[in-house]
Amino acid sequence: MSAASPRPAAGRSLPAAAPPGDPSVGAHLGLAAALLLLPAVASGFILVQIGAQSLILGLLALSLMVLAGYGGMISLAQITVAGIAGYTVAILGENSVAVHGFGWPWWLTVPVAITFAALGAALIGWISVRTQGIYTIMITLAIATAMSLFAQQNYTLFNGFEGFAGIPAPTLFGQRLRAPMAFYYLCLGVAALCYVAVLYGARSTFGLGLQATRDNQRRMRALGFDTTAHKVFAWFLAGIIAGLAGVLLVWFQGRISPGTIGVAAAINILVIAVVGGLRHPIGPFLGAVVVVLIQTFATDVVGAARHNTLIGITFLVIVYFSPDGLLGLWSRFQGQFRQNPLRPGDGA
Amino acid sequence: MTATRRTILALGASMAMAWPLTALASDPIRIGLLATFEGAFTALGEDGQRGAMAALAEFGAEAGGRPIEVIVASSTGAPDSALLAARRLVEQDGVSILVGPLSGSEGLAVRDYAREHPAVAFINGSSGAQDTTLRNPADNFYRFSTEGVQWMAGLGTYAYEERGYRTVAILGEDYSFPYSQVMGFMLEFCEAGGRVPAKFWVPIGTNDYSSVIAALPEDVDAIFVSLGGADAVNFLTQYQQSGGVAPLLAGSTTVDQTVLSAEGRLRTGLIGVASASPVAGTNDAPEWLEFVAAYRQQPGALAAPSLFAHAYYIGMKAALLAVEETGGDFGDNGENLHAALAGLEFVTPTGPVRLDHNRQAIADIFLTEIVEAEDGGLTSRIVRVTSGVNQTLGMDEAEFLAMGSPSRDNPSCE
Repeated sequence: MSAASPRPAAGRSLPAAAPPGDPSVGAHLGLAAALLLLPAVASGFILVQIGAQSLILGLLALSLMVLAGYGGMISLAQITVAGIAGYTVAILGENSVAVHGFGWPWWLTVPVAITFAALGAALIGWISVRTQGIYTIMITLAIATAMSLFAQQNYTLFNGFEGFAGIPAPTLFGQRLRAPMAFYYLCLGVAALCYVAVLYGARSTFGLGLQATRDNQRRMRALGFDTTAHKVFAWFLAGIIAGLAGVLLVWFQGRISPGTIGVAAAINILVIAVVGGLRHPIGPFLGAVVVVLIQTFATDVVGAARHNTLIGITFLVIVYFSPDGLLGLWSRFQGQFRQNPLRPGDGA
Repeated sequence: MTATRRTILALGASMAMAWPLTALASDPIRIGLLATFEGAFTALGEDGQRGAMAALAEFGAEAGGRPIEVIVASSTGAPDSALLAARRLVEQDGVSILVGPLSGSEGLAVRDYAREHPAVAFINGSSGAQDTTLRNPADNFYRFSTEGVQWMAGLGTYAYEERGYRTVAILGEDYSFPYSQVMGFMLEFCEAGGRVPAKFWVPIGTNDYSSVIAALPEDVDAIFVSLGGADAVNFLTQYQQSGGVAPLLAGSTTVDQTVLSAEGRLRTGLIGVASASPVAGTNDAPEWLEFVAAYRQQPGALAAPSLFAHAYYIGMKAALLAVEETGGDFGDNGENLHAALAGLEFVTPTGPVRLDHNRQAIADIFLTEIVEAEDGGLTSRIVRVTSGVNQTLGMDEAEFLAMGSPSRDNPSCE
């Protein structure tokens, strides 16, 4: 959706998503049923390593999609925000490396972790909102790199290269949340919640304001909107999503170390978002499933030594045939060509 | 690469997979091979794989009357990636034995993971962090290769007494394996009376060492360097280009065959450098020569097997010997396999190996010096052999444990 295209009804301002006849309700129900029934047919490995991991990485890419798709701000620091939450859980909760580990219960560590993550995200946003385009990417990349290197060098707080291990997921009503099915449903629940929240938020006054700011910041400012505050608040909200993902990530791995939040991980999130498509919140999850499947099984196809080549080629092919990622391919199948809000020169 | 089959299928149908794992006597035994094929340690992982495959070839890809299927997975050197790869091998591919990983901190992560799957045997590749087996060991994690502290046996004493070094500065990568190497070196060196006034720790994958080189003190007798793979090549090249002349002492991986085989102008500065390692290039024991011949059959083999090829060879061979001993029947929870592994003693290319009560190898270590090989390349010459080196370097275990884990600041003798 860009300012240059004739704008349909306000309620339709969300990019893509609603082809004619609006089958999205049916599609959503079908998808939800498939995801809910997956544990009936899939092994524990598929549920956790593919399913839960895709949902977690999808959440992270979703937080990027919120900023990039609706706000026009491409952030490479979402993994850093997740890292803030993850490290907070490790430090305040339990871990097995005998550094910190204050043993707070999960219902205390999780809200604190997510608050820290959201505030951290707002801070990163506040630093970077005055820049645009490639400068935002550079600033957030610098922050992500600095944060990961700092965690690697610092032993008093972050325990250096080793990081924290032995971080347990909580047990709820006698059910270990890290058990494959429970963890899958947990991730699915959180992802669904965030997905719906993003869909709703994009249609809200704030969401429309954010998209309008993306399309024409000067006009919005002239109309009396505080565009900077709008953007920083978007960072805060995206930070909540990334923080949730961070908590799930640290429960998933049972550990966190600088490698978890390194540059490779940051770029991985961007790749997921781009592969999936940034026009609709379902894109990041699609991208995550594809990327996780490739990363898990590429070694079987081309051997361990060359599997990164296959990942790279797949990425290139998807982006070459569809600059809008998998979502773009989908809408192409639908015979629709919509404009990518991120593509420069689309108006704005 | 045995793992090409089957996975086009896996990619497509993976959402609907839940195949049962029922073992028949004629079914292949699956062994996972976890090594590093990405990042700064890629060359090391590739050579590790050659070593493991040499052991497999020795057994004709069969042990205990059952064919052996090796499934390869890659990590980056970071603990997270090793954990993902190990999970995949164990939970998806259903391996009974996992050989790996390569790097120190990866070993700690895989050791922790091993506890979740007590039936599976985890046999270390070349990862050399001491704590993996010394502190809080896992019952089903075995290390038939020696580790970072053991590898330094003899070097500290030699540096003090025969090279006459009194003060040594230290440069290493900032993680568990170099900490172990530095501890192994310093225990002897400080005991002999030497001092270590400065230590420099750099992140894995550092490309530019100019600031570190500028900060290295000039009033020390030598610099002890513990960097691996691409890091070692980068530092050594830049150190020579910047005119560095201080004598070097090297960690086991720093002058390993993976580094000595690198192209470039490393040569002159490395000749005469003292090191200690579980392998030595000029070893002329028949077991070693046999191993070298078998290793050279592998595609892309280096001039001589590196310590990674050696460690993975030993790990894979231990796995296959244990499978032989069980006759292919591991028992319901792998108890036969574990019993066979725990009691296993065999002769490696570098001498006999046996396990201690923590399932950690006790074996011989070579004190070496870098010399020019007959073919014009570089190799390591044996100065002396320290026999039967254990994890505490002969110290009382309680006393050794009381010193604490190797870290940036431990030990210290400024």
